[in-house]
Amino acid sequence: MSVIEVRNLFKVFGNDPKRVFPLIEKGAKKDEILKKTGCAIGINNASFSIEKKEIFVLMGLSGSGKSTVIRCLNRLIRPTRGEILIDGQDIMKMNKEELLQVRRNTLSMVFQHFGLLPHRSIIKNVEYGLEVAGIPAEERRKKAQEALELVGLKGYENSMPNELSGGMQQRVGLARALANDPEVLLMDEAFSALDPLIRTQMQDELQELQARMHKTIVFITHDLDEALKLGDRIAIMKDGEIAQIGTPEEILTNPADDYVKRFVMNVDRSKVITASALMRKVDVITVPKDGPHVAVRLMEKKGLSSVFAVDGERRLAGMVTIDDAVKLERGKKKDLTPALTTDIYVTGPDTPIADLLGTAMTANYAIAIQDENGRLMGQLDRATILAEMYDDEEEAMTPLDEILENNEEAEMEREA
Amino acid sequence: MSIPKIPVGQLFEKIINWLTDNAEVFFDAISNSVTAILTGLEFVLLLPHPVLMIAIMAALAWWLASRNIAIFSAIGLFLIYNMGYWTQTMETLALVLAAVLISLALGIPMGIWAAKKDMAERIIRPVLDVMQTLPAFVYLIPAVLFFKLGPVPGVIATMIFSLPPVVRLTCLGIRQVPEEIREAAISFGSNPRQLLLKAELPVALPSIMAGVNQTIMLALSMVVISGMIGAGGLGNEVLKGITQLKIDLGFEAGISIVILAIYLDRVTQHLGQK
Repeated sequence: MSVIEVRNLFKVFGNDPKRVFPLIEKGAKKDEILKKTGCAIGINNASFSIEKKEIFVLMGLSGSGKSTVIRCLNRLIRPTRGEILIDGQDIMKMNKEELLQVRRNTLSMVFQHFGLLPHRSIIKNVEYGLEVAGIPAEERRKKAQEALELVGLKGYENSMPNELSGGMQQRVGLARALANDPEVLLMDEAFSALDPLIRTQMQDELQELQARMHKTIVFITHDLDEALKLGDRIAIMKDGEIAQIGTPEEILTNPADDYVKRFVMNVDRSKVITASALMRKVDVITVPKDGPHVAVRLMEKKGLSSVFAVDGERRLAGMVTIDDAVKLERGKKKDLTPALTTDIYVTGPDTPIADLLGTAMTANYAIAIQDENGRLMGQLDRATILAEMYDDEEEAMTPLDEILENNEEAEMEREA
Repeated sequence: MSIPKIPVGQLFEKIINWLTDNAEVFFDAISNSVTAILTGLEFVLLLPHPVLMIAIMAALAWWLASRNIAIFSAIGLFLIYNMGYWTQTMETLALVLAAVLISLALGIPMGIWAAKKDMAERIIRPVLDVMQTLPAFVYLIPAVLFFKLGPVPGVIATMIFSLPPVVRLTCLGIRQVPEEIREAAISFGSNPRQLLLKAELPVALPSIMAGVNQTIMLALSMVVISGMIGAGGLGNEVLKGITQLKIDLGFEAGISIVILAIYLDRVTQHLGQK
């Protein structure tokens, strides 16, 4: 079930939002509407749902409306129109008291610049949410302590926020958000203000925490690499609209429009595209059932020089080349097993192809891909990997002919 | 043809006359409350022996400011005692404290209100501008009319004169609370009261305290002027020095005022950081 469901969300900034809707229906663009009505469109008809326990990344450049969307989820900003269901309850229809309860119990937020209270010690900052909810002092101290230990800040309870580095301050922000054990974490550019090394470290730690705690996380970022690393699913926003929602691979391999395409152009694809995306189906022979004859027939028919052999449960047993198979066939042998070579590399479906490249360059045969039960899923050869990695590099090169031709033309023009 | 004079002066005269005739009960109530605060403060300040009081004030300076300021305070206050102006100085201090207490009681809520509501700020701001540009003496006229002569009109005039800084700086301080801190407080489920008391006011405290400091300094300067309407204290001595051409008296009282001013300024300057 979806934890958060957003339907047809609009946010219009300005004095007279009502005038804007007829224009939107006519398909007017953001700039045009601003000129005509003086109203800026923050969110334009956004709909998405966030599943339990997933990391949902909202990505876009500044001004794309991603921060506005996350602020609508806990109603720091009141949407102009639309529905936001949290656990099936529409927060647009909640009264003040209900809204306070949702903020105290269900949603917690982590801020870009940490948003710590400078006059409170670390532990008092972490306690804040519990304190305003009226939890007794002893109990909230205990929970805050646990949250601090979770983010690795034990021993800093009585420090003040300004005594801590940026990375540590954001851990405090994270601990504060975890202290009241919310269902959903809203993270607004949570790592964007940190320097790159600390940022990577925090990303890793968030993934570790998530593996243990299984929260639903809404993560906002303008950094595509961060989005691809953390996101189970990514929504790309542009001008207040959602341009595409999909898994990192879907976004990279199948961008919905030119905007998304340009966005993902500079990504290091080899780190994101996994073996399963590129693997090809394999033809196999089953040992000991199939003998050399079957193997030779199969390879001849498909034009292969080698074929994988699996057992009855499709577990990889080895590989046989056409030369070996033909030799056995001539010798009238029934059993293929002696000819099987095990000189092959095996990997899982989620391995990024960057990690496979080195092996692929030196290996004699294609890399086998098997699932967690050891069953063969497919194969991947180096030509496929190379083709994928250098897909976009073509424009960087010009044929020499073309250059010479251009030079000649330029010279002729000068003479003329 | 000449344009007839617009009767600004007469108009104010009429309003004030009407008020003195019809709102006597109201002004009497204010007068009685101020008198009560003032006598209470004077009693407390003059209760210990001057030397003990000097020690207390120096200790306070040590705690709130620094050791050097404490030493200066002890020497300065002892000089005042030695010159024979202790009672007057304490009277002046009582006047200042009474005026400042009332100023803060009115000014901080006004500042909060102005910070929260743009409309309120739009009304309050020009009023404060007028209050700050009006010559200090002008405050004395209605104060005397409503409260006659003596320390009470002195406190009232001082209170009004010293109100603007604390209102302005409270408003500014709260408006300058970083948006993210405000959002954080709200997103963790603070109600408006918790937002104000647990996040906004503490974060705005240094600015508010700067306002308090300014208000105290303005109050001190006004208290001296209100010696003209019989408020008593050091202002009275300075006035005597001027009217009777007693240079020694004027100087001694003047030095006492300066010492008191420096003491109050240094001690309250760092309140926000504490």
